[in-house]
Amino acid sequence: MSIGARSLALARAHVGRPARAPSAAVLALVGLGALACAVVAAVAVGSVAVAPGDTVGILLRSIGLPIDRTWSPAAETIVLELRLPRVLTAIMVGGGLAVAGAAFQGLLRNPLADPYVLGTASGAALGAAVAVLIPFRAVFLDLGLLHLLSFAGALASVAVVYRLGRGGGPFAPLTGLLLTGYAVGSLLAAGLAMTMFLAGSNLRQIFAFLLGGLEGASWLRLAFAAPLIAGGSLAIVARARVLNGLLLGEEAAAHLGVDVRRERAVLLALASLVTAAAVAVAGLVGFIGLVAPHLVRLVVGPDARRVLPLAAILGAILLVLADLGARLLGEIPVGVVTAVVGAPFFLALLRGTRSAYEL
Amino acid sequence: MTPPIAELGGVTVAYRERLVLRGVDLAVAPGERVALVGPNGAGKSTLLRVLAGLVVPREGRVTLGGDPVASLGRAAIARRLAAVPGQAALPFATRVEEVVALGRLPHEDPFRGPRPADHAAVDAAIERVGIGPLRGRDARELSLGERQLVLIALAVAQAAPLLILDEPTVHLDLRHQVAVMELLADLNRRDGVAVLAVLHDLALAAHFFPRLVLLDGGRVVADGPPARVLAPERIRATFGVDPAIFARPAAFAGPSALHGAPPELTAGTGGR
Repeated sequence: MSIGARSLALARAHVGRPARAPSAAVLALVGLGALACAVVAAVAVGSVAVAPGDTVGILLRSIGLPIDRTWSPAAETIVLELRLPRVLTAIMVGGGLAVAGAAFQGLLRNPLADPYVLGTASGAALGAAVAVLIPFRAVFLDLGLLHLLSFAGALASVAVVYRLGRGGGPFAPLTGLLLTGYAVGSLLAAGLAMTMFLAGSNLRQIFAFLLGGLEGASWLRLAFAAPLIAGGSLAIVARARVLNGLLLGEEAAAHLGVDVRRERAVLLALASLVTAAAVAVAGLVGFIGLVAPHLVRLVVGPDARRVLPLAAILGAILLVLADLGARLLGEIPVGVVTAVVGAPFFLALLRGTRSAYEL
Repeated sequence: MTPPIAELGGVTVAYRERLVLRGVDLAVAPGERVALVGPNGAGKSTLLRVLAGLVVPREGRVTLGGDPVASLGRAAIARRLAAVPGQAALPFATRVEEVVALGRLPHEDPFRGPRPADHAAVDAAIERVGIGPLRGRDARELSLGERQLVLIALAVAQAAPLLILDEPTVHLDLRHQVAVMELLADLNRRDGVAVLAVLHDLALAAHFFPRLVLLDGGRVVADGPPARVLAPERIRATFGVDPAIFARPAAFAGPSALHGAPPELTAGTGGR
């Protein structure tokens, strides 16, 4: 029966991606291969170069494979104590930000959302700046006051935004939340500006946080951030079908069997937790959480079951490479690299897809 | 007698202090086709939302397939009742087939994702509604008429025994209004899907639905075949307009009138 077909003109394929997208599993394998290459490159390259063969040897030996040592102890220290934790932190932070970004975009139904949209960034920045002013250096798991206060600040500001901004019933769109996030963010930015004004000689430390950077990475810090980021991201991936249901809006999601009120709160909490943990160890790294999910959607479409894992892999690759670039350019902040590469790229993306993104 | 597929008994709903439904009784039998009509603010949309468990009534009993809605989880409700979404703003480029596939969400295994049966149901729904040529298109770029057919296909893929729609013909041109009505009638008659639709166009409702329920001020004021429900004096009392245009018995629904768009209907609705 084709009542509709009668009135329908023969259509061209209008979505600008291949009719048969490569399977997500294949893309994931390719992505993981690329990530492995990026890791080896990032661990091998630096002020003291370690041969790629030695790098692979050190890495494999460190996970217990019986490989003869053909390298100097110094090379092993550089790889295992300095570069490897840094690269693994980049993987965690890049992957986590990409998953959180995809989750925020889906939850807010807004393609321009990123992990920082609900005040996490401004809360974390204010927390970090305040920490810089406090002349007390608590250290826990290699984390200073700066990291702990930025983590707490990010979570606190999301909690405030959520308390103030929800309302309008369980099926109201989250536009109110978005605007509340903007308002609270502006307020916190004023606090940040004031703190920076008072910071005097410590200004550089605040800037380093605002621009993002992985130079302080260590195994202990990774031990703090990795469980939060990996656990939160996995929990988000397990809720991919909720994000799919939300594609058509809150009420449609409810009709498709999603407990919208509860799932929305859970996903917001998880994505905020992942973001806060990432920000605490790496500062405000921009654009990964915005661009990685979009790139993945261009290839595989909007199905969150595919978007979330692939965005995590892509985000990890992007941040590992951006951090490598930042190191090679003389330890410039990695946030500068991601912004310089990410912003024009995102513009091209917006112009290339002929669709008018609705806000 | 088969038990009703959906039933409201003495349902009263209030938004704050304003009563939106007052003691509504309504039963829909399996395979029935019912149109809800009535003026704006009569409580028609609220009635649908009560049935779907989205609005909890202050008083009364709501059952789907014999079980109280309040006792069913959201996914269980979604397997018994499919709603054609009213608005559909997509934030990302989404193929028509991907939109239709959303209808399988309540059936999918939460971790393994769609199974072959789900893919088959999506293909069948696309075929059934006749939107095959639209499959690969970005659903955001469809015309309103095409979009409505896609959303109906989504609900068909959901494979629930009851389909609810809130003003499925709003903003559509005459041809698409008729196409949507014919599709609903056909889904009802051939697949046995019960249909409960809120309609504003009384001519369409009378022509395509054998049973009309007229709501006014939160109460059911008439329930029965179109000729009885749309009696001129009742139209005048409910809508406050002179209903001379409706006094055309030939246009009232009978099985034989369900194929194609008869000229009376075209003239009747086009002249509004």
